[in-house]
Amino acid sequence: MTGAPTDEILTREGLAPGARKGRILLLACGALAREILALIEANGWDHMVLTCLPAIYHIQPEKIPGAVEAAVARHRADFDEIFVVYADCGTGGLLQAKCAELGVQMVQGPHCYSFYEGNARFAEIAEDEFSAFYLTDFLVRQFDAFVWKPMGLDRHPELRDMYFGNYTKLVYQAQTEDPALTEKAAACAERLGLAFERRFTGYGDLATALAARA
Amino acid sequence: MSEEEDDIILSELPDDELVQQMFDDLYDGLKEEIEEGVNILLERGWEPYRILTEALVGGMTIVGNDFRDGILFVPEVLLAANAMKGGMAILKPLLAETGAPRVGKMVIGTVKGDIHDIGKNLVSMMMEGAGFEVVDLGINNAVESYLEALETEGPDILGMSALLTTTMPYMKVVIDTLVEKGLRDDYIVLVGGAPLNEEFGKAIGADAYCRDAAVAVETAKEFMARKHNQMAAG
Repeated sequence: MTGAPTDEILTREGLAPGARKGRILLLACGALAREILALIEANGWDHMVLTCLPAIYHIQPEKIPGAVEAAVARHRADFDEIFVVYADCGTGGLLQAKCAELGVQMVQGPHCYSFYEGNARFAEIAEDEFSAFYLTDFLVRQFDAFVWKPMGLDRHPELRDMYFGNYTKLVYQAQTEDPALTEKAAACAERLGLAFERRFTGYGDLATALAARA
Repeated sequence: MSEEEDDIILSELPDDELVQQMFDDLYDGLKEEIEEGVNILLERGWEPYRILTEALVGGMTIVGNDFRDGILFVPEVLLAANAMKGGMAILKPLLAETGAPRVGKMVIGTVKGDIHDIGKNLVSMMMEGAGFEVVDLGINNAVESYLEALETEGPDILGMSALLTTTMPYMKVVIDTLVEKGLRDDYIVLVGGAPLNEEFGKAIGADAYCRDAAVAVETAKEFMARKHNQMAAG
């Protein structure tokens, strides 16, 4: 993968767009950086420039609308279009409202688990799968930083069943074929006391949403 | 825990210091110490309701305030709640026997398609601590489940919880059904959960959105007071 900073930097700092200006700025969650860069590279979308907000907002969604607003204000003059590569992501409709106010488009759907699976498909299976806990490639790699430590399970493992007692399985939505990552995801399921299922999703509706701007 | 704290013998503390120590122990999530403190106060002749309100709810209020202010986080609140639960388990049967005051009754549950119950459980516990009778329907409740409980339990308040953007609209399904059946005005409807906000609460026709357990308790008390005032006026 070219151009992607480390997961640690994506988690805490995000990714600056650099000095490039262009037609479309993709303003994304840091947890999507590698996947978006892979799509840009694979498709030759040279008119797209990526900037990311810290991925850690995944567990602090109240920060997303304000951070998106600030980033749009910062970069608006340099691009013809800004596309917000977030779904609702736990903002309870506030990000959608903010994007409408700013006049920018965003990815459809409730969260990345849904758009990776494909929003229509995710909605279909939601009824049968609401007791699943999802991880993506990024979240498997960063399981400790996004799940284990913020939930205090490193310090208080006895809390595990208070958090996860109602879940039945961990579904690893794989964006890539990576046996090492699958192994790690299975280990995450074991740590949480959940059954394990791997589903290859690829980039799902993320690819479709970006292709619509190609 | 420091060695100095290890040396504290709860039974040797006077009441006021014991209660302060129980605040600290709740803050630190020390379940066994809380249970011990509750038992000591009972032996000293404290009424169960007084122990509940002054020692346990008093301590959890500090935890709740520090959570609201970003000093404590969810894991610490859960540990504190677990400690309080230990104390409540001792007091609950005694409260029933001693006829503790009842502020009101609440039916609460997480909505259909949602299995998250941490916030709901905290609300249930704090409402009980504030003198409400709570009927907890658990997780994944369809509208029929709420309606049945409302009919059989006759509560003052319906509480609904959701953690997911995808499940929170179901609260509107429940409220719309209450409206259709002409039952909406019979209940105070309070809603809560991480992705919710005040606008959402208003948009779906709830009486109030409650940001956290402490707000839920205060809101419930306010609505109960208003209800009593209306009844007195009527």
